[in-house]
Amino acid sequence: MKILVCISQVPDTSTKIVLKNNDTSVNGDGVTYIINPYDEWYALVRAIELKEKGIASDIHLITVGKANVEPVIRKALSLGGDEAIRIDADSNDAYETAGYIAAYAAQVGYDLILCGKESIDYNNGITGTMLAGMLDMDYIGFATDIQVEAGVAVVKREVEGGEETDQCNLPLVISCQKGIAEARIPNMRGIMAARTRPLKVVEPSKIAALTAILSYELPPAKAGIKMISPDDMDQLVDLLHTEARVI
Amino acid sequence: MSVIVLVEHTGGIIKKKNFEAVQYAAQIAKKTATTLTAVVLGNATNAEMEGLGAYGAQKVLHVADTRLNDLHARAYCKALLAAAEKEKSKIIITLHDISGRTVAPRVAVQLKAGIVAGALSIPDLEKGFVIKKAVFSGKAFAYVNILSDVKVIMLMPNAFPAVKAEGKAVVEQLAVSFDEKDFGVKVKSIDKVTGEVSLADAELVVSGGRGMKGPENWGILEDLAKELGAATACSRPVADSHWRPHHEHVGQTGGTVRPNLYIAVGISGAIQHLAGVNGSKTIVVINKDPEAPFFKAANYGIVGDAMEVLPRLTAAVRKFKEQHK
Repeated sequence: MKILVCISQVPDTSTKIVLKNNDTSVNGDGVTYIINPYDEWYALVRAIELKEKGIASDIHLITVGKANVEPVIRKALSLGGDEAIRIDADSNDAYETAGYIAAYAAQVGYDLILCGKESIDYNNGITGTMLAGMLDMDYIGFATDIQVEAGVAVVKREVEGGEETDQCNLPLVISCQKGIAEARIPNMRGIMAARTRPLKVVEPSKIAALTAILSYELPPAKAGIKMISPDDMDQLVDLLHTEARVI
Repeated sequence: MSVIVLVEHTGGIIKKKNFEAVQYAAQIAKKTATTLTAVVLGNATNAEMEGLGAYGAQKVLHVADTRLNDLHARAYCKALLAAAEKEKSKIIITLHDISGRTVAPRVAVQLKAGIVAGALSIPDLEKGFVIKKAVFSGKAFAYVNILSDVKVIMLMPNAFPAVKAEGKAVVEQLAVSFDEKDFGVKVKSIDKVTGEVSLADAELVVSGGRGMKGPENWGILEDLAKELGAATACSRPVADSHWRPHHEHVGQTGGTVRPNLYIAVGISGAIQHLAGVNGSKTIVVINKDPEAPFFKAANYGIVGDAMEVLPRLTAAVRKFKEQHK
C-alpha cells in the first residue's frame, strides 16, 4: 500500500504577523517555519505507524513550494517517509495547490492520501476534499482514527454532534485531526537517514489560480480589559448582560 | 439564475447556523439581483423547509433520498451540482463546518470555481468579488478575490446574524439519480453526543485548564456551564492528561470555537490556545496568576482561585436568571 502525505510549511504558531507592501503581503523576515501541526502530528505520524505495522509499503511526502520550503520537508522526512516531492511553485490558492498535487498523484497512483484537517496559515481545510474530487476518490474528513486491513479502511470521524465509524475501500483521501496519533520527535538516526532520502523537485503542471488575495488586515487591538473583584460576580454577570450582551 | 445555499439538518432539526447561511445567501442574491434557492438533502418536513422563507429563501429544492441523512461527499456533491444546474447558479454557498467542508470544495472542483473558506463578509463587488476571511488562526484577515465565473463561498458560523422575518419558501422536489459509487463510504455506527451542548456550535463556552488542579474538580465548572446552557471545553494539557476527553480540547492542535462568550478558568493563555479561541466575541479569564498572558486577550478578568470564584459565579448567574424570568 502506497501512502501520500501532504505537507504544508507554515509560520510557527508564535509568529507575530507583520504586513508589508501596503498590506498586500505578509512579511516573512525573521519568521520561523514549521511543518503544519495537523499534517505532522496526525497525518504523517499515522502514515509512519501504518508502515511500522507492515500495512503500508511506501510513504511519499509531497509539498508545494519554492526551494525555501526544503528544510521543513527534510524535517518531515526525518520523522519518517521514503521519499519527498516538492512541486516547484508558489501558491496560496487551494485549487492551484490541490491541482499540482493531484497531477503528480495521478501519475504515481496512491492507495491512501492523508492530509491535516487544515493548515494554520490560511485555515481553509479544503485541499484534501479538492484532491478527492480531482482524483475521483472517496473522501473522509475530520478523522480521529484510521485502521487499514486488506484494502479496506475503517475510519472514525467527527460528524455534526457526534462521532461516526465509516468503512471504505481504498483508494481514499482522509483529512486527519486530533486523536489519530501521538506527536513524535525526530531522533538522530532519523535526521541522518533523512539526508540520504530522495527529495524530488517536480515542475508544476499548468494550472491557473481561481482566487487572489488582494490585501491583509490586522485585527483591531482589544479595547482593554476590565478587572472585576473575585468577590463581586454579580457585577460580572451584569456586565455580560448589559455591556457585552452575551447572556 | 439564482444563488443556492446548502441547508443541513441533524436528525430533522435545522440549527441556527443554517439560518445564518440562508440570510447571508439572501443578501448576496439581493446584491446580485437574483433569487435564493435553498437545497435540503434527506428527511425534512415541509413546514421546516417552507420556514426557510422567513430567512430569505424564495424556493427550496428538496432531494428526499433518505441515504442523504448521512454525510456522503460524492452524493452531496452530486445533489448540489444538480441543483446548481437546475437553477443555473453562479454562486453556491455552504457553511464552513464539517458538512460544508466535506462537500463545497468538491463542488468547486467540478465547476472550476474559486472558493473562499470561512467567509466573514458579504462580497464587495466594487473590486471584483472580494470576501474577508480570517487567516493565521485569527491573527490577521485576508481580502480574497474570486476570479472565476462560478463562485463557492463557505460562511463561518456565528459571524453573520440570522433575523427571522415573514415569508414562506416554495418547496420543489428534485430527483437526482445516484449510483452505488456515490455511497462508497459506508456508515458502520454513529455515536451521537446527546444531552450536551455541541462545542463547535455553542454560543457560550466554559473552558478549564490546569488551574482546575484535577478532574475531580470539574463538577463546579460543569455546574456553571449547566446554569448558563454552555458547552464545556479544556486546554491541551488537560486533554493530554486525560482529565477530559480529546474532543473538548480547543486550541491550535485541537478544535476551534467562535462563541459569543468564552470563559477560561485556570488557563494561562498560551498562544497555541489563543489560536483556537480568539474568534470569540467576549472572553472572560479567571486565573489566580495576575501575570497570566490570557488577561491580555480578555475583555473581563478576575484574579482569584477557580475553586472559590466558580461557585460564586454560578450563584450569580442563577440569581440573574431568577430576576430575568
